[in-house]
Amino acid sequence: MIQYYFDWSVIWRNADRFAYALGLGLSLAVISLFIGSVIGIACAMARVYGARWLSWPVWLYVEFIRNTPLLLLVFFVYFGLPELDISYLDKTQSFILTLSLYAGAYMTEVFRAGLASIPKSYTEAAKAIGLRPWQRQRYVVLPVMFRITLPAFSNNLISLFKDTSLAAAIAIPELTFVARQINANTFRVMESWLAASALYLVTCYVIASALRRLERRYAAIR
Amino acid sequence: MDLQPGTFAFEAWTARYALWRGLWATITTSSFSIVFATLAGLIFGVALTYGWWPLRLLVRLYVDFMRGMPVLVLILFTYYGLALFQVNVAPYWAGVFALAGFATAHVAENLRGAVQSVPAGQMEAAKAIGLSFPKRLWYVIVPQAIRRMLPPWVNTCLEIVKGTTLLSVIGVVELLLATQQVIARNYMVIDFYLLACGIYLVVNFCIAQIGAALERRFSYIRY
Repeated sequence: MIQYYFDWSVIWRNADRFAYALGLGLSLAVISLFIGSVIGIACAMARVYGARWLSWPVWLYVEFIRNTPLLLLVFFVYFGLPELDISYLDKTQSFILTLSLYAGAYMTEVFRAGLASIPKSYTEAAKAIGLRPWQRQRYVVLPVMFRITLPAFSNNLISLFKDTSLAAAIAIPELTFVARQINANTFRVMESWLAASALYLVTCYVIASALRRLERRYAAIR
Repeated sequence: MDLQPGTFAFEAWTARYALWRGLWATITTSSFSIVFATLAGLIFGVALTYGWWPLRLLVRLYVDFMRGMPVLVLILFTYYGLALFQVNVAPYWAGVFALAGFATAHVAENLRGAVQSVPAGQMEAAKAIGLSFPKRLWYVIVPQAIRRMLPPWVNTCLEIVKGTTLLSVIGVVELLLATQQVIARNYMVIDFYLLACGIYLVVNFCIAQIGAALERRFSYIRY
C-alpha cells in the first residue's frame, strides 16, 4: 500500500472553476428539462389524442432515443449536424439540443402515463359543464396531469443533471471536465474526483429534497 | 452490387472487422458487468433488507453513493484511482469494475423493493413451518419477488449496455470508439453513427426480448 497525502489546497485554488462548472451543469439540465417537457407534452398529446400517422412517428422517436446511448447521440448531433450544413450551433447549444431531445423522449413517456392515469370522469365532468376541448385540456386535464407527474419530473431532473457529465466528452467545462483537467494538471487524483463526486452527490440530494417539498405541497388530489 | 471506394457499403465492408471487434468488446464488457452486478447485487440486496443494522447502514451508504453519481465520474474515478493504489488494471477491467459497481447498487435496491413487496405473512408462515432463513428466502420469498424484480433488472441491463459507451472515454475500443475510429478514416459521420445507433438498437431489442421471455417464464405467480 502506498502512502497518499491529501492536499486539498488544489481544490480551494480552483473553487471558482468548480462553482462555475456546477452552475453550468445545473443550467444545462434545467434548460434541457424545460425544452424536453415542451417536446414531451406535444408528443404525449399526439400519442394519446392524435391520429395514427401522428402517433407512430412519436413512438419511433421515443424508442429510438431511449434505446441509443446518450454519448452516441451527443457525438451524432455535435459531429453529424455540421455535415448536413447545420454548423451554427456551438458545443453548448449542440449539447442542449441533444439533451433536450433525450429528455423529450423520456418526458413523452412520463406525460403519456400521466394523461392515461387521469380518470375519465374528469373530462366527462368538464364536458358536462360545457367546456370546449382546449378548455378541458387547459383547466382540467393538464393541471391534474402536472401534479401526478411531479415526482417523475424531479427524477428526470436529477438524472439529467447526472447526464450533463457527458458534456465533458465534447469539452464543455462542466464538473467532470474540470475534475479531469485538475487531475491531469496536478495529479491530485483523489482530491479532484472526490470533490467532483461530493458536489454531484450534494447537488442531487438538495434537488431531491427541495422537489420532495414541492411535491408535498402540490400533491395529486386523490 | 458494385463496391466503389467512397460508398457507404464499401467503407462499412472495409471496416467490418474493426466494428465487429468493437461490438464484441461492448458485448463482453456488458456481460461481465451484468453478471458481476447481479451476483453482488443479490448479496447486497439481502443485506439491505435483512442485514444487521450497521451492515444495512453501510450498504445503504454504498447504494446511495453510487446512485447519486454520474457513471462517467465513477468510471474515471475508478480508472485513475486504481492506478493510484498501484493496482495495474487495463482500462477494460477498470471500466467493467466501475459499471458493475454502479449496477450493483441498482440491483440491490430493486431486490429490496421486490422482497419488501412480498406480503409479510409469507415470511411469517415460512417461519411457522420451521424453515431456516436461507430456505425461507430461497423457497418462499425469491420465487415471489422475482417477478417484481425482473422488469427493473432488464432496465438495468439496458442501462449497462448503454453505459459501456462511456468506456470509450478511458480508451476501451468498444463499439462507439471503433465507430469514431472508422469515421476518422473516411469522414462519413452520419452514416456510421447511424449504423452504430442501429446496432445498439438491435442489441437492446434482443435484451428486451430475453427479458420479456423471462417475465413470461416467471409469470406463474400472482398476488
